[in-house]
Amino acid sequence: MDMTTNYMGLKLKNPIVPSASPLSKNLDGIKKLEDAGASAIVLYSLFEEQLTFEQEELAYFLDRGTDSFAEALDYFPEHDDYNMGPDEYLEHIRHAKEATNIPIIASLNGVSSGGWINFSKKMQEAGADALELNVYFLATDANQESRQVENQYRVILNAVKSNVSIPVALKLSPFFSSIARMAKELDDDGADALVLFNRFYQPDLDLENLEVTPGVVLSTSNDLRLPLRWVAILYGRINASLAGTTGVHTAMDALKMIAAGADVAQMCAALLKNGPDYLKTVLRGMEIWLEEKEYESLGILKGSMSQKSVAEPAVFERANYMKALNDFRDYVL
Amino acid sequence: MSRKMVTIDGNEAAAYVAHKVNEVIAIYPITPSSSMGEWADAYSALGQKNIWGTIPQVVEMQSEGGASGAAHGALQTGALTTTFTASQGLLLMIPNMFKIAGELTPTVFHVSARTVATHALSIFGDHSDVMAVRSTGWGLLASNSIQEIMDFALIATAASLEARVPFIHFFDGFRSSHEVQRIEELTMDDMRAMIDNDLVLAHRQRGLSPDRPKLRGTAQNPDIFFQARETINPYYAKAADIVQNAMDKFADVVGRSYHLFDYVGAPDAERIIILMGSGAEAAQEAVEYLVDKGEKVGMIKVRLYRPFSVERFAKAIPPSVKVIATLDRTKEPGAIGEPLYLDVRNAIGEGMENNWCSFDRWPKVVGGRYGLSSKEFTPAMVISVFDNLTQEKPKNHFTVGIHDDVTGTSLPWDPDMSTEADDVNRSMFYGLGSDGTVGANKNSIKIIGEETEYYAQGYFEYDSKKAGAVTVSHLRFGPREIHSTYLITKANFIACHQQFLLEKFNVLEKAVDGATFLLNTLSKPEEAWDALPKAYQEEIIKKNIKFYVIDAYDVGKKTGMGVRINTIMQTCFFAISGVLPKDEAIAYIKDTIKKTYGKKGDRIVQMNFNAVDQTLAHLHEVKVPGHVTSTMEMPPIVPPDSPEFVTNVVAKIALRKGDEIPVSAFTEDGTFDTATTQYEKRNIALEIPEWDPEVCIQCGKCVMVCPHAAIRHKVYDPSLLDRAPATFKSTDARGRDFPEGSKYTIQVAPEDCTGCTLCVEACPAKNKKEVGKKAINMVPQPPIRLQERENYRFFLNEIPDMDRREVKVHSVKGSQFLRPLFEYSGACAGCGETPYVKLLSQLFGDRMIIANATGCSSIYGGNLPTFPYTKDNNGRGPTWSNSLFEDNAEFGMGYRLTFDKFNEFAKELVTQLASDLGDELVRGLLEADQSTEAGLYDQRERVARLKDKLANNKSQEAKQLLSVADYLVKKSVWVLGGDGWAYDIGYGGLDHVLASGRNVNVLVLDTEVYSNTGGQMSKSTPLGAVAKFAAGGKPLPKKDMGMIFMTYGNIYVARVAMGYSDIGVVRAMLEADAYDGPSIIIAYSHCIAHGINMAKGLEEQKKAVECGHFPLFRYNPILAEQGQNPLKLDSKAPSIKFEDFAYGETRFKMLTKSKPERAKMLINKAQAEVKTRWKLYEQWANMNFADEE
Repeated sequence: MDMTTNYMGLKLKNPIVPSASPLSKNLDGIKKLEDAGASAIVLYSLFEEQLTFEQEELAYFLDRGTDSFAEALDYFPEHDDYNMGPDEYLEHIRHAKEATNIPIIASLNGVSSGGWINFSKKMQEAGADALELNVYFLATDANQESRQVENQYRVILNAVKSNVSIPVALKLSPFFSSIARMAKELDDDGADALVLFNRFYQPDLDLENLEVTPGVVLSTSNDLRLPLRWVAILYGRINASLAGTTGVHTAMDALKMIAAGADVAQMCAALLKNGPDYLKTVLRGMEIWLEEKEYESLGILKGSMSQKSVAEPAVFERANYMKALNDFRDYVL
Repeated sequence: MSRKMVTIDGNEAAAYVAHKVNEVIAIYPITPSSSMGEWADAYSALGQKNIWGTIPQVVEMQSEGGASGAAHGALQTGALTTTFTASQGLLLMIPNMFKIAGELTPTVFHVSARTVATHALSIFGDHSDVMAVRSTGWGLLASNSIQEIMDFALIATAASLEARVPFIHFFDGFRSSHEVQRIEELTMDDMRAMIDNDLVLAHRQRGLSPDRPKLRGTAQNPDIFFQARETINPYYAKAADIVQNAMDKFADVVGRSYHLFDYVGAPDAERIIILMGSGAEAAQEAVEYLVDKGEKVGMIKVRLYRPFSVERFAKAIPPSVKVIATLDRTKEPGAIGEPLYLDVRNAIGEGMENNWCSFDRWPKVVGGRYGLSSKEFTPAMVISVFDNLTQEKPKNHFTVGIHDDVTGTSLPWDPDMSTEADDVNRSMFYGLGSDGTVGANKNSIKIIGEETEYYAQGYFEYDSKKAGAVTVSHLRFGPREIHSTYLITKANFIACHQQFLLEKFNVLEKAVDGATFLLNTLSKPEEAWDALPKAYQEEIIKKNIKFYVIDAYDVGKKTGMGVRINTIMQTCFFAISGVLPKDEAIAYIKDTIKKTYGKKGDRIVQMNFNAVDQTLAHLHEVKVPGHVTSTMEMPPIVPPDSPEFVTNVVAKIALRKGDEIPVSAFTEDGTFDTATTQYEKRNIALEIPEWDPEVCIQCGKCVMVCPHAAIRHKVYDPSLLDRAPATFKSTDARGRDFPEGSKYTIQVAPEDCTGCTLCVEACPAKNKKEVGKKAINMVPQPPIRLQERENYRFFLNEIPDMDRREVKVHSVKGSQFLRPLFEYSGACAGCGETPYVKLLSQLFGDRMIIANATGCSSIYGGNLPTFPYTKDNNGRGPTWSNSLFEDNAEFGMGYRLTFDKFNEFAKELVTQLASDLGDELVRGLLEADQSTEAGLYDQRERVARLKDKLANNKSQEAKQLLSVADYLVKKSVWVLGGDGWAYDIGYGGLDHVLASGRNVNVLVLDTEVYSNTGGQMSKSTPLGAVAKFAAGGKPLPKKDMGMIFMTYGNIYVARVAMGYSDIGVVRAMLEADAYDGPSIIIAYSHCIAHGINMAKGLEEQKKAVECGHFPLFRYNPILAEQGQNPLKLDSKAPSIKFEDFAYGETRFKMLTKSKPERAKMLINKAQAEVKTRWKLYEQWANMNFADEE
């Protein structure tokens, strides 16, 4: 079965790309993902906060207490050099490139337009085949207008694009007044792909200890619907590639994502839960389905159920709400 | 040959050469020499090679005795070997030094000369240590300046190889070891030119080797020892000439010329002074000043003090000399005079007898002492010495630099007199350790020294307190070499980096007319003038001072620098002082920033760049009005009702006027009253905890963990509240232990709290309405300072302490009702050690004596000006002493021997006097059960009755009994110290004392590193942790001292960590005290040297236990006697990974950034080690001790 796909100019042997996760933190994990059939790998994210925090932390603790007390003018031996911030990550990209034969997509996660963006160039130099920018921004400031929030995305994208020549994907949250407009603007700005969507980790409350806990809840197949809808809506309306992520747990989920119009389906939770080898199962499942349904290639499925292609485009819009409610009523009655 | 100009301190200058001309370096940290060893270790760690192209081996030993032993061994086997030390360290080397010299072994030990402890310890400089080794047969070569240190380090090595006489190369501790100067760096070629390789090979050839077996170090008998000892004479006879030849060769190679005795002054001088060390630099400045004025004066700098060349000395004295003063930086009580004085007198005698002296009659010679413990020695003092020489009968055996109103030895001097040239820029900077002032100034000195033609000098004064430490930087730069080896007395630039310091002491006192004053202030420029205290306004107007302000905290906040305002203030200095064109200066500052922070990440560099860029816009000159507008008076430094000693001595020291205190103010034997920290209200916390009675569950944990005893709780009768200040808080006391209706209060000492937040972290109660808050929450201190001062006064004075007999001491809450007799120490904010010390003082303070090893705990426990050990309302409290670093356990055992003897003697006398005392009292006294507070109380009552009965008894027995009666009350002997002492230098003694069976209790404050001297590795340092001398992470596991001592069987051993189990600490201390035999408690103490957030110190302790790194247990031999397993584990099996603990701490984490592969290897090794060790403990704890017969 021809499972190939083109994702922002990268020719991939299949559409399953593990998204940024701890699985790609070490070379072992990366190798396992490749062996299981991953067509490309988005590396774990380099966080803006991590870059700034680690540097500030080390500088602070190495400096603290120095030149205060006559007997102890400092507390640590001087080291020749520190592998600070992106160095470790860049090294990781290099190693990942050396160890694999698939495209390696580096991932940068941040919100400001500060110095961290410059690391994109270093990532390219380290051998990354593409970049995924994850703008993990929660608009909590009541004085900040929505336009400012949107502009922030564009500023970051433009800054990175002007820094690198490799393709740049932007991972978005679904929290925009007009996702379609936002997507179009980013497309106009030259985004090579849009990744729909990132999941904000929602904090929980621990009533026993009266604490807010940052617990991570992995997605399930049910979470597929949101990206699925927007991939279907955007397919064919923008030039950028589309990646569907969140809720891709099974071969069926992945096929749905492709049918909606995604160039790739990114997986994370299911691989974390079942191990990297599970990717094989998904790929095999997809192939079997495509074979059973006598598709000649995956390309034929791609976008076949996008909003543009379906008989009732309204199902992806508000009318779908009414339909869903009616179905629900039918079901419960 | 072109040589680099470098701006470095004396220790670096010595270490630089020492590392390049040696093969083996054995070291042990001791202030102020520690950084020489650290430099050497760093050079080797960086792969730097010596002049023969190999990297010297640097090894840390367990003591200076050990370092000298290792050095001796390395020398005897032919390696070029050195070490660095000072003070007691040098004294510990004496036995080996005799051997090394006796065996004619070439080597140079570099010594930053430091005061030997007598009536008190001092880390500062004088020659008492080097003078104590005069008889060892070592050469003594003195360097006076930083350049000389580098030069003489090489000259001494070259000379020693040729002479086969070992040398002490010494320079003054702190004044030279820590002074930063611009000097010319010797090259590798210089060193190769000076060191004769044939001599190196000869030394190696003399080394013991099984390939050419010899025997050295024999034992000899009366028949031959003497003759054999005299064989060395030819070597000593030649040694001085060899040194001079090396100096001459050095002059040829490098260009700087030195002589064994260098004369400076008028060729026809009639009055000269003779001295050595850094004081000679100040003396030179004075001599040149006087000669310029036409006075016939001069001086001799003694370079080579041993072997003393009488001929060269005699020939160095101008023939015109009529009167001589020798100046010794040491004191030798009981001698005819100090060493140099005696040698000079003797040398003149021999010189005249041999016709080496060119004068025809005996000059008058007087001797004096100066500069003990780095006491200031200024040109004004030198001039007073010359003035003394004009007297018909000059004062002999004088002192200069102090006011001796007891025996009248001191010479008067004019403190306002200055010999400094006008073209020397003199700048002073007052700041805090935490704001980076000193670091910034070190950078400024480097910029000026290395980027301009100016000579530059920096010297830095530090604080004895670790929390809120004040620093004063003294920077000079000018067109000529700087000989001013003394603090600035006339400053033309003064910066105060912390506004609150204005209220502490007069920072403008040293300002000259027309000086510039830079203040970091929260006030706006237009309000800054009015915000100054009145005295400052007066001084500024009187001296026509230019006044600049900046809100550096605002710039710090905007640029992410926070409170570290070093870069900001440095930029201001360059902008105002005009030493360099502004743009040029800024470029250099940025360049330095890049060098300093570059490797720590671009973010830090950019942050600092940003701070530099933003600074100038925030720097403002304040227009000084012609009149005073302020009515603000400087607050008193100690409360007006303080004891006399506090007012006369402590307050003066706090005002930085300790130099003015006369001899008569002090006791003769170094004894001081305790309980003085209470008068020193330092107000260093920006925020302090505030109690919320509604939320509080009254557990006492906050009180328990406070390192400074600045938060306390009491339960009391409600009627006492009638007199309470309006804002005093209270609530109903919880629990059935107290009478119905009792009230409860937690009170903070607002002016003593350091703001560390450990109490808030420890508080388990959450505010149900707002879960981010607890029962204690941090709030800004200034708005509530006055109200809380009154509340605290009321709490301390009007609410009585609980009766110790009523307190349930076995609980955390109960133990915290006992009054802390250790309070407000100068330890670091959030210190991990002091909560243990405080708890000890609560449990046993009223009958406790402490032997304290030198280290952090002796500094916060017993460093002037104030002492944290205090007394209860009966006047009882801990009594404390520090002997040395290495002998602490033995010292404490001495206490025990006394107490046991006196107790025994008292019992014997009670028995002898039984008929006078009555059966009931005698029986009571002799059979008292003192295992509880009630029992102790009753015994004290009996002793009081005994004393009453004895009062009128005139017999010798009665008098004797009166003097030992108090020893009938049980005393608790505690030996305190850190891991450097217990695991390393004091281990042998500790082992012996614990094995003795005597009732001595040991508390090891285990920070896993030498904290007080700056983080050197000890045998307690964990595997994988980075420490000095373990820069690549310690490759071997922490010594398990608890396990070792358990093997004796009769020693009570406990390992505790307050952050994991506070009740475990209480239990262990009570059990250790109760056990009538030796006991040791090893207490995990988080430390600033771990590189952690100190507010989270308790959490780190918990993790250290949870990962199995620091398993907790109590081993009680009493249980074994009862057929039970004596070992009880107090912590659970490891529940988190070692790295979950380790990588929260910089000491481990930094290695993942610098050497990731090695870090990984070590962390895996550490994890495996933790697992194995736990299994061992578990097995032991599960063994069946029951008698199965």
